[in-house]
Formats: sequence, structure tokens, C-alpha cells
Amino acid sequence: MLLSRRSKVLMRIGVGLTLAFIYIPLSIIFVYAFSTSRTLTWPPPGLTTEWFGKALDNPGARDAFLTSLQAGVAATAIALLLGTLAAMAVSRYRFFGRETISFLVILPIALPGIVTGVALNTTFTQVLGVELSLFTIVVGHATFCIVVVFNNVAARLRRLSTSFEEASADLGAGPLQTFRMVTLPNMRGALVAGALLAFGLSFDEIIVTTFTAGAGDQTLPIWIFTNFSRPNQLPIVNVVAVIVILLSVVPVYLAYRLTRDEGTVGPATTAA
Amino acid sequence: MGRRLADLFHGRPRLQVGSLLAGPVGWLVIGYLGSLAVLLVASFWTLGELSGEVQQDFTLDNYEQIITEPVYRSIAGRTVLIAALVTLTDILLALPLAFYMAKVATPRVRGMLVVAVLMPLWSAYLVKVYAWRAILSQDGALNWVLQPFGVEGPGYGNVAVWIVMSYIWLPYMVIPIYAGLDRLPNSLLSASEDLGARPGHTFRRVILPLIFPAIVAGSIFTFSLTLGDYIAPQLVSSTQFIGSVVYANITNNLPLAAAFATVPIMIMVVYLLIARRLGAFEHV
Amino acid sequence: MRADPRSARWAWLIVAGLSVLIVAFAVGCGSDDSTSTEASSDSAPTELGAGEGEVNLVAWAGYVEDGSTDPKVDWVSDFEKETGCKVNVKIGNTSDEMVQLMRTGQYDAVSASGDATLRLIDGGDAAPVNTDLIPNYADVFDSLKDQPFNTVDGVNYGVPHGRGANLLMWNPDAVKTAPDSWDVVFDPAKAGEQSGSVTAYDNPIYIADAAVYLMTHEPDLGITNPYELDDEQFNAAIDLLKQQREHIGEYWSDYTKQISAFANGDTTVGTTWQVIANLLEADGEKVETTLPVEGSTGWSDTWMVSSEAKNPNCAYLWLDHIISPQANADVAEWFGEAPSNQESCALTADKNHCDIYHAADEEYFDQIAYWTTPVADCGDDRGDVCKTYDEWVQGWTEVKG
Repeated sequence: MLLSRRSKVLMRIGVGLTLAFIYIPLSIIFVYAFSTSRTLTWPPPGLTTEWFGKALDNPGARDAFLTSLQAGVAATAIALLLGTLAAMAVSRYRFFGRETISFLVILPIALPGIVTGVALNTTFTQVLGVELSLFTIVVGHATFCIVVVFNNVAARLRRLSTSFEEASADLGAGPLQTFRMVTLPNMRGALVAGALLAFGLSFDEIIVTTFTAGAGDQTLPIWIFTNFSRPNQLPIVNVVAVIVILLSVVPVYLAYRLTRDEGTVGPATTAA
Repeated sequence: MGRRLADLFHGRPRLQVGSLLAGPVGWLVIGYLGSLAVLLVASFWTLGELSGEVQQDFTLDNYEQIITEPVYRSIAGRTVLIAALVTLTDILLALPLAFYMAKVATPRVRGMLVVAVLMPLWSAYLVKVYAWRAILSQDGALNWVLQPFGVEGPGYGNVAVWIVMSYIWLPYMVIPIYAGLDRLPNSLLSASEDLGARPGHTFRRVILPLIFPAIVAGSIFTFSLTLGDYIAPQLVSSTQFIGSVVYANITNNLPLAAAFATVPIMIMVVYLLIARRLGAFEHV
Repeated sequence: MRADPRSARWAWLIVAGLSVLIVAFAVGCGSDDSTSTEASSDSAPTELGAGEGEVNLVAWAGYVEDGSTDPKVDWVSDFEKETGCKVNVKIGNTSDEMVQLMRTGQYDAVSASGDATLRLIDGGDAAPVNTDLIPNYADVFDSLKDQPFNTVDGVNYGVPHGRGANLLMWNPDAVKTAPDSWDVVFDPAKAGEQSGSVTAYDNPIYIADAAVYLMTHEPDLGITNPYELDDEQFNAAIDLLKQQREHIGEYWSDYTKQISAFANGDTTVGTTWQVIANLLEADGEKVETTLPVEGSTGWSDTWMVSSEAKNPNCAYLWLDHIISPQANADVAEWFGEAPSNQESCALTADKNHCDIYHAADEEYFDQIAYWTTPVADCGDDRGDVCKTYDEWVQGWTEVKG
């Protein structure tokens, strides 16, 4: 589309401002990670790298990081399984209630986190008598991660012609074989993208986790929450945040490349 | 074994669908909807006298309270209003950015911009809110910048919540709009131009209607995420949101908290039904 | 690959119906078990076994310091070395949070204020405590033993930690004349001078602070106990707080919020804990505190043992440690409160500490209305017309608007 020179310039300015809006607060976090003050005063009185050393040493942060990893991997695995199953059913068959499935799947992520959290908490503690633990955290996370995998895989399957599968069946392969050798390889990109994004969603989640975590379980967001309340730990939290941001460039880029190649980009497909 | 299983499923599409859906639907219906049902049931309970323990006698008192007492109505109204404002703000911020990414930028720049927009999603939500808390405080970065102009920032309050929420949920709006614009064939835009339309006209008559479902898809996230949040309001304001009241009452008055929690549920279910009607589910 | 829509419909309906039945069944059965929360231990142990290796505590910020806030402030490390009980502490910012945490049954002991103790006792979450197993209990001030908030029907439920008052704190650069009354936060004219920078504790129990103010400034209301308010008194307090709301910049519920608010200039005057003033002064900020003439609310905290404690022996060892003379002196100085152990007064770094905090001064503490749970029974000839805690919660929601 041919835009006038003036429009292009205006657009570039608008984009620049929006990007600045997005990144200035993040750069401020970066600056605070080096600040000598323990409270978030501005401008920072001095700069230091001591917090980086303390953060890497901090056992609480390390344990929380590990717990988040474990919860993320488990939740992603479950979400992969359930999301793929549902996506296959929805894109390959027509049946009563098909539209309801996509509604049902999006519900956990569309309803406010506090509702999901309180509902799960009440069910676990009052009805089932189950103690809150890593297991309950994973259950909570998997529930709202299903939609991420579902959307990616369903979008991919929509574009994947059924003729491959039919040809495979004509050649004598059973349904499981067809799935393993034809369908799965073609979905791989969507599966990996879905998994990466489900993991990201689980890694940063705080509200549902607060209600489904047991006393001693701390995922990284919970650790951040409790440590923001401790004067000496505040700068360490900023450092941890900076580290997480830097570490996240790789999976974000990967997710983008994978979904771009397969032509599926959407917020539940690319949202972390 | 595989062959026996295949024979079992062959020609029985309902069995195939059923076994595919058993897991996910079972999880979501029994696990998730079941929990919501428990919450709904809890909202009809009441509290014991001294211990404050939950008694399971059926009563409509909680609903009566949230409907009749004005403070709950005003809290709900305020939350919905801010959620709508945040959604509108994010749409306005996202449109130019998404358009640039989809239609104007070179492929290499586009890749960088997508990564640039997605990266903030991975920086912890809490850290971002605390950063804004610091920025908006009396001696914070915003006032420091505005001081030479003799102006003061908004400080804490509803405006602060609006700014912070718009900031945090922005990527959730950019991505679907970008995806929608990406799918829009350039030929349509050229055709519109050939027919004599100026860019503004093309935007209103061609682009906007076509990406409207994508905009609605993005709004699902910005609206619902703002509707249920209680952490950001607590950190950058003293105003109460729906989530704050639910959170405050969870310990002492679970039935009341549950009753008030049904308000965002109902709002979102209605919102989702409308969104689905508008075709947004294809663009989520 | 097409399924027949019509016959599938019945299958769906059956599935939906079954699911609803399952849920209703689960709710009906499951909840019967869980709400009859019998205390898992209805009586206190008669002897202590070996330490279990760890203990999980719920405590106010500043009560369980292991050197991570300030290397010189540590009374946990030597406890861990002596007893082998590793201490895990979860900070509760309000009594509500503490009650909620203790109800999960995943903690062993809690430092509960009076507005939590009765709730925990009645809810069966706190176990009776056998004070014979706690040697240091003998040295606790007699006036703190067997109080209504820690002893029910002659059964003791915990050991006193210490007591103190909520104070008025101000920034002398912003509030030029040193205040001596709560009117600087409650009186519309005075509060208006600092409008937008006043703070208050974000918890329903703060209604009692309004009641304390009204005790002096509106004696016609006849308030004798700020925690037992009937309709008229309660509504007067709520109205006062709604007036105050217009001048509030920020309510504080966790102590670091208040520290950063004062440090950043967002708040200039309001209610506080001494430990917050101490931390601000340690950071080089200028603040002053006082106990206003109307008196104030305060707390007298009790260390209680959970009825579902997994590490009861370590819990008892902790209780004994925290009220031992040296540890109690350390925490009382750090937090800014009066110790519960008489021997501690000789061990504080500041020899005047006990005098400043009126540790043995019962007359002083008569001015302080300890946090306690509001109940319907007014305790006097009004009968059962007083507001219960959940009504306080709703009132607080109304105040904040």
C-alpha cells in the first residue's frame, strides 16, 4: 500500500513511541538491578554489581526457579497431550458440540485468574481434601495451558490436507501408524510452539498459583512476590527478573520462527 | 495389538471422537467446570457465628448483599469501566504498531519487532507492576522527568491502574491484530487504492471490518485479565476492584467471595458468546 | 469421518448429566468431612520427643530474623544449631492471612495477635499448649499469662511473645508541628493539610482505631471497648473512616510498602509499627513517632502451636527459644515492643528499652486496646448486638469504596 511520505513518517513515530512505552519500564528494571539502594528510589544513588552475585547464590531463588521449571514441564506435558487430542477431534470430525469445545477450552484462560484459583482451591481443600502441593499447581497450570496447545495444533491441522492421511490409510497403515508417521511430523512445529508458549504461560503465572500452591512450594513468581516485601531481597528480585528476560529471548525467537513458517500466529498461539 | 485396536476403531467415528475427547473433556468438564460448580454452590452457603466457619445452609443472603449494597455495585462498575478503557487504549496503541509490522516493515525488521513485542511477556508480571509503582511514586522517574515542566504525574489511583494494565496487556492485543493484518492480502489494499480510496478511507472501509474479529480476539484477553486482577490495583492504588474484594473475603467469608466471583464469570461468559458470534475464536 | 449428529446428542447429554451428578455427589459427601474440623490434637502433649529437624512458622515481619535482613539481627541461627530444627518462616502481613495460612494445616506455629487467636482456637486450628514443657514460661510477666485472648476455659493455647502499640508516625519535613493526637489523621481540617499523603493500616481491624478516637472525641457514643461496637457506634466509626478516606494517599498492608511510601514521599503521616520507623531511620530517612493522647490500638501476640503440626517438638523448642531472655530481648528491640520475659529487660542493648516500651507498666497498657476478634456478645449489658468480624470486613469494604 502506497502511503504518503508524511503518513510513513507519522507511522514510524507512532511505532517508535509505542516501543518506547513498552521498553522504558523494562530498562528501568535493568537500572534498578544495578542500583545500590535497597528501596526503589529514583534516580539510583549509585551502581553496583553485587546483587548479581547474591542472586546467583540465593538458595531461595534457585529452588523457586527449579520448582517453576518442574511445574512448567509437567503442565506443558499434560497440556500437550490433552490439547492435541482435543484439536484432532475438532479438526478432523464433525459432531454435536464441536463449537462448544473451543469455548470450553478457552474458558480457563478467559475467566479471571482469581476465579479459577479460588474454585480450584475450594475444590481441592474443601471437597476433595487434597493437600496443596506441586501436584495441585500443575493441575491448575495445565488447565489454562490446554488452550495454547489446542489453538496451535488446531490451526495447523486446519491447513493440513486430509489427503495425506487418506493416502496413508490406502497404503495399508493403521490409524496409529498414520498418526505416528504422517500427522505427527507435520504438526511438529505447532507442537513445539504450543509447548514453548504453554511453558511460558505457566512460568509467569502468579494468581492461580497463589491459590493452588502448598505452604512450602514456591514457584518463581511466588518467590518474587514474597521477596518484594523484604528490604534486602528487593534488588535481588530485580536481578532475577533481568536474568529471566535475557534467558527468554531464545524461546521467544524460536516460537516466532516455528509459528511463522507454518503460518499460524495468534495471541493464544504466541502469547507467553 | 495395534491392528486389533485399529479394527476396533475402524468405521466407528463416534468411538474415535469419544476416545479423543475423553481426556480433555473429562479434565475440563469434571475438573474445571466441576470446580466452578463447587464455587457456585459455596456462594449459597453462610458463616457460623464465632468461628466464622462455613456452614452449608442454603441461603441467598450473599447475593442479596452484593446486589443491594451500593459499594459492591460501584466496585463492579469501576472494574468493568477500567477494563473497557484498557481494552480501548490497547487497541489504539496496537493498531499502528501491528500495521507497521504486518504491512510496512521488511521481513527482517518484522522478525525483530515480533520478538521485541513478545519479550515483555516473559518478564515477570510482578516485576513490571513494581517497576511502574516506582515510576509513578512521588519521587519516581515520571515526576523526575516532568519536574522541569512544572507538571506532576498522576500518582497512585485509578489512572495509575489504567496505565499499568494497558502496559502489561498490550502484547496480547498486538499479536492477534498483527496476525489478522498479516493474513490480509495486499492485493485488497492495492485494489482499494486503485479504486481511488485514500489511506484513511481504505482503513475504515476495508481493513477495519476484515480485522475486526482479530481485534475482538485480542480484547478477550485485555478485558478479562483486567477484570480479574487484584495485584496491580493493590500496588499502584488504594481502590478496590472485583478481585480485591474476592481476595479480601476468601479467608473470612468464602461464601461472599464466591458470590462476588460469579460476577466476572457471568460478564466473561456473555463476552465470550458475543466474541464467538463475531468470529473471534478463529483469531485467538 | 463424519459422526451422526443426532444420536451423538444423547451421548453428550448423558455425559453432561453424569458430570453434574458426580460433582453434586462429591460436594455433598466431601464437604461433610471437611467442615467438621475436629482438632487433630485435642490435648497438649505431656512430654517432648526429639526434634523433627525442621519447623514451619507463620510470623509477623521482624519476629523471626535469621540475619538476612541485617546480619547483626539474628536469633534463629543459634536456635538451628542448638536444636537441629531448621526454621522456615512465612511472613503474614495481616491476621487474616495468618488465619488462612494456619487453616491449611501446613504450618507448625504462628505468632498470632489477639484478633486471630480466638478464631484459631474456635476453628480448631490451634492446639492447647502444655506450658510445663516450656521452661522459660515461668519468667513471663504475670499480667500476660492466662489472658482472655490466649486462654479459654482455663486451657492455655500459647505463650506470650511481647506487646506493643500502634504508633503515629510523621515526616517532620512535611508535618511541621509535632502532632500529639490522632486528629492529624482523623480531623477533617487537620487531615486536609496532608491530604493525599495520609496513610492507615489496610485491614478491617483499623475500625477499632477510629473507635478509639471516638472514645475521646465523641464520648456521647458511649464506647467503652473499641472492639465491641453496636450499630450506632459502628456506623459512627465507619463514617469517620469514610471521611478520612478522602485524604488517604495509600493504605498499607505490608510493611515494606509503608517504608517505600515514606521514603518516596508518597506518605507523610499515619499509623505505623515501631519496627518500620527503625528501618526507615536505619536507611537515613527522617521520621518521628509518638503515642497520641487518645491512646491507641496495639497487640499482644501469642505463639501458638498448630493442631495439625507436623513438627510439634521443634515447635515447642521454638516457643521456648523465642521467649528465652536473650532472644526475647533481641526481638523486642528489633521490632520495637515490650518483651514478655521479665529477664529480658536486663539484656537489651539499650538499657532503657523496657522503660521506653513500658514493659512492666500496666497503667500504660491500660491505654492500649489490644487487637482482638470482634464478636456478637458485647460483654456487657447490651447483650449480643455487637458487630461480628465479618461485618467489620464488609464495613471496611464500604470504607474503601
